[in-house]
Amino acid sequence: MEPILTVEHLSVSFTRYSRGFARTELSAVRDLSLTVEPGRVTALVGESGSGKSLLAHAILQLLPRNAQVGGTILYDGAPLSRERAEALRGREIALIPQGITWLDPMMKVGPQVRRGRGDSETRARCRAALDRFGLGPQVEELYPFELSGGMARRVLIACAVMDSPRLIVADEPTPGLDIRAAGRVLGHFRELAEEGAGVLFITHDLELALTVAHKLVVLCEGRTVEELSPARFRSGQGLNHPYTRALWHAMPENNFL
Amino acid sequence: MLHRLQFTAKKLVRMALLLLGVSLTAFLLMDASPLDPLQTNIGQAALGTMSPEQIARLEEYWGINTPAAERYVGWLGSALRGDFGVSLLYSRPVLAVVGQRLGNSLWLLLFAWVLSGGLGLALGLAAGANRGRWPDRLIRGYCLVISSTPTFWLALLLLMVFSVWLGWLPIGLSVPIGADAASVTLTARLYHALLPGLTLSVTGVAGIALHTREKVVDVLDSDYVLFARARGEGHILRRHVLRNVALPALTLQFASIGEIIGGSVLVEQVFSYPGLGQAAVAAGLGGDLPLLLGITVVTAALVFGGSLAADLLYGVIDPRIRRGAAKA
Repeated sequence: MEPILTVEHLSVSFTRYSRGFARTELSAVRDLSLTVEPGRVTALVGESGSGKSLLAHAILQLLPRNAQVGGTILYDGAPLSRERAEALRGREIALIPQGITWLDPMMKVGPQVRRGRGDSETRARCRAALDRFGLGPQVEELYPFELSGGMARRVLIACAVMDSPRLIVADEPTPGLDIRAAGRVLGHFRELAEEGAGVLFITHDLELALTVAHKLVVLCEGRTVEELSPARFRSGQGLNHPYTRALWHAMPENNFL
Repeated sequence: MLHRLQFTAKKLVRMALLLLGVSLTAFLLMDASPLDPLQTNIGQAALGTMSPEQIARLEEYWGINTPAAERYVGWLGSALRGDFGVSLLYSRPVLAVVGQRLGNSLWLLLFAWVLSGGLGLALGLAAGANRGRWPDRLIRGYCLVISSTPTFWLALLLLMVFSVWLGWLPIGLSVPIGADAASVTLTARLYHALLPGLTLSVTGVAGIALHTREKVVDVLDSDYVLFARARGEGHILRRHVLRNVALPALTLQFASIGEIIGGSVLVEQVFSYPGLGQAAVAAGLGGDLPLLLGITVVTAALVFGGSLAADLLYGVIDPRIRRGAAKA
């Protein structure tokens, strides 16, 4: 299957001025490669600080100006330039961010999901998107501070599916949710994939990644060290990299060895 | 609604305490002043030619031999009944003097308040939106220079340029010299308020612009603006930045009332503008205790009223307060 997103040898570093004019290069992502296929959930697993979120920002061209990006990002077979990303984001590429701080505290949910457009077609799509995640019409009239954590998460997912995107980048969308709510959120990702979208699920929670993903990519210190299926990971057989083996041993059922 | 009433009642109690404290402080400062009202207002030479009886009558008029505590309690008692006494310098009721002076200053203050607020907000938005680029540097540079410039010096400078060299604007006063008070038009009044008002706003702009810029930068760095960009939203400045900067801007605008009134004391002095600020200087230097206390109390009430208005408007505008209070 032709991947919708291909990331090859991506590197992200930041230039900082430390003490006067002495510049230091801070490498956050060193060598990251992965593919996302349509109709499948690809999980990128790594601990905090391993550069996971930077991948999401690099795909959407949202990195700050002092960031240097190397390697290539291909979307639908063609390089994803800044102009192309700007044209595609919000239409074909959707971001599902981490939590409630990503909603404008001074704007009601409805206008926020609709991005300020008030035509009847947009209204209908917004209604449908919210409805799908069990959010009734009264939710459109609420401000973000009136939402619970789980509701806010569902509003953010609704934002993403407003436009029936082909690629969904979910950046740590589950922390702070209890296991049942997280399960429901992950179920939504699976559904979106079944409708044909490619889903990139970025998380530090291995357990969740194993339940939802078709494919697991392991990130360690800014490098992708292994790509494998959840089944192979569970079996513990043929894990090539020591970090992946350490992860496997850290699973409760493997006795935390 | 009940919540709103309670809030207002609490604020009013606080206001009463504030006014009491302010009037007491003003009184004590005045009492400690080394100025002798007789010598200041009548003059050494004139005093020398007066008989002891005349001097005694004058001393009684200026209240020199009455103990301080008795004078303050006396003033407070009548003030609570609405009687702020008679101005010693103008020989008219204090409230009448304050009312007339405030009427003169009102145009000036209002003009400066609106202009500095609007301009400050616009400059702050422009600087924040262009952070690090030349418009930002230019605006920040201007604000820093202006806020380290003394107001009276700036007033003298503008007076020199616009009134003396260019001759575009009058050199002082609030109405044309020698004109009949009844025949003075509103245009003439505004024309005379232009330069002092401009001076006040030019200095007032700096603080508002710098504070607004900081807030704009914060909002632009926020997650929700990043998310709006990730969703390909346009008009981010109007839809998200302006909305989130509105509340702090409102606070700044109302908090600046105090600075505008404070600044007007110096500016009115430089432009010989017969407003409240000038009367305050005259009362302070001339030992006119009732007038000074009257002006102090009225201006303190105005400043407090401004902050109160901002607090109440917050409840109307900010959904977190409005809806939060409605639920509680």
